[in-house]
Amino acid sequence: MQPSLLSSILFATVVAGTPLVITALGELVTEKSGVLNLGAEGIMSMGAVAAFAVTLHTGSPLLGVLAGLGAGMAMSLIFAVASLTFMANQVASGLALSIFGVGLSAFIGKPYESQALPSRATWDIPLLHRIPVLGHAFFEHQALVYFSWILLAAVAWFLYRSRTGLVLRAVGEAPAAAHAVGYKVVRIRYMAVLFGGAMAGIGGAFLSVFYTPLWVEGMVAGRGWISLALVVFATWRPARVLVGAYLFGGAMITQMFVQGSGMHLSVPSQFLSALPYAATIIVLVLISHNRATIRLNSPASLGQPFSPEA
Amino acid sequence: MWLKFEQRPEPSRAMRYLSPLLAVALMVASGMILFHLLGKSPTEGFKVFFLNPIQDKYGIAELFLKATPLMLCAVGLAVGFRGNIWNIGAEGQLLMGAVAGGGLALHFHGSASPLLLPSMIAAGALGGMVWAAIPAFLKTRFNANEILTSLMLVYIAELLVSWLVHGPWMDPDGFNFPQTRLFHEKAILPIILQGTRLNAALFIAIGALVAGWIFMNRSFAGYQMKVAGQAENAGRYAGFSARRTVWIGMLAGGAMAGIAGVSEVAGPVGQITEHISPGYGFAAMIVAFVGRLEPAGIFLSGLLMALLYMGGEQAQQYLALPYSISKVFQGLLLFFLLCSDVFITHRLRWKK
Repeated sequence: MQPSLLSSILFATVVAGTPLVITALGELVTEKSGVLNLGAEGIMSMGAVAAFAVTLHTGSPLLGVLAGLGAGMAMSLIFAVASLTFMANQVASGLALSIFGVGLSAFIGKPYESQALPSRATWDIPLLHRIPVLGHAFFEHQALVYFSWILLAAVAWFLYRSRTGLVLRAVGEAPAAAHAVGYKVVRIRYMAVLFGGAMAGIGGAFLSVFYTPLWVEGMVAGRGWISLALVVFATWRPARVLVGAYLFGGAMITQMFVQGSGMHLSVPSQFLSALPYAATIIVLVLISHNRATIRLNSPASLGQPFSPEA
Repeated sequence: MWLKFEQRPEPSRAMRYLSPLLAVALMVASGMILFHLLGKSPTEGFKVFFLNPIQDKYGIAELFLKATPLMLCAVGLAVGFRGNIWNIGAEGQLLMGAVAGGGLALHFHGSASPLLLPSMIAAGALGGMVWAAIPAFLKTRFNANEILTSLMLVYIAELLVSWLVHGPWMDPDGFNFPQTRLFHEKAILPIILQGTRLNAALFIAIGALVAGWIFMNRSFAGYQMKVAGQAENAGRYAGFSARRTVWIGMLAGGAMAGIAGVSEVAGPVGQITEHISPGYGFAAMIVAFVGRLEPAGIFLSGLLMALLYMGGEQAQQYLALPYSISKVFQGLLLFFLLCSDVFITHRLRWKK
């Protein structure tokens, strides 16, 4: 049965939003611990290239995703060493990671350009995928789409219902106090950064193994940065990350549908391609202009280095 | 037994200047390891990457040619970074400068007016400033994070350039290549060293470094920005306007990046294409940091970063390695610098 146009648009929106959901949720956990990692773009690029290479060689997308996860953790470990152990400025270290990751992924990925992976079968959820319109839109997806929903639930539960999550938030709000009562601030922040890196790596893997499925230099195309903006958009609340990511996903696929539908618009394709970036700016403005909301919700120690001896 | 950082009673002045050297040494060392891992001889790799590019007059001229836009962007960015204004959109501001200055060259094609080049440079500065004014306005008026807005504007500027060269500004005689016509000779910066491509933009960059030094170290506004950057509350208490800091920081970065854009289209590129800059705007952030946010340092680190670009070209040609190896080196350099900076305020101690 041919899915309806609405169903197809929703489907594509969910797919386009998924790497953003996964990456932004990882970054959210990192930021909740008080660490601002601006390296998401570089981590996603490395995750994408690692996942692509491993999937191409092994034929197993699962191994590919694991490689993306591993690459993401390795990358974020570099950031953690610089910003947590060496107490470097987090903004500068994050920028360094992005520059490094984008460059290194291009370097590693050169031999893989112009190769493609087979597209993967979807996992249709029994019964649910038969629901008209919504079935195709939400329940005929790749496994990582379902993973992003489980991740959302897990992150929300972890942060607000688990004891460890409480400690993590305490570290982000008041590291000195958390240290005083005996929590290992630096160790907890390491864990949070590594988790964020792992998720960004998976986000990148989704792009190169399932979404396009190929590797081209620059294919992450700002999605890492948009994920960072999404965390602000969501005012550091997990559920809103999902809403925001799907809004951006919608902005990203608008172009595709406008061009594919045969509508003769006099708008050049570059203007449509600029939509997600312009949307990011507009959304940031709308959310940020209420300073009180931002100050109330952002982790109090975000971006500030912590040294246990001081 | 465990190594621990211990706070120095006072920041080490010596380490402030030694840490960039340490970072360069670490980058070279890890580069040689990388060559080894790639199955190339490390000494051969070192020679091809770091020495080959600057063997002759032409190579040295190319080094200064490539360093010019890097120095220009970096000195502008340094003004902002000193005030904690994180403009990371210099690449987009560079492109918009190229569009504004280059647009003038296309509009007045064939004009022999001696005012054309100066107007192009002014237009370029203005173009970059307009693009930088957007994040400055959004930051001061709506509190929007300038890191993200300035970066999103890079992608938008790239798409705008792509549209121009595929559409309205495409060279009608260019066999449908996405590029504008070549600029008229009166719209091209004069060569200052015969037999090379080195042009007068180098003088502009040196002028900008001098102006930057005067602003940062001899002007009250520069002092205010430094205070605001190092101790935000102290700055606020002293009545320094945070808004003004944002505007000065962003506009300085935009103006310099815009001029850098003109120096490329009216220099080695000679037209507007989709490949005006190999990421100069991003590399300039590294130049600014490695140069300690000081003009003299930026001069040296600009040359170093230019060498990394040229080394990448050589590695591509003689070692069959992808050109992006340049960016790997650039990223490594910044990491090593950020890490070795810990020794300015800390020293290592064995802890039992």
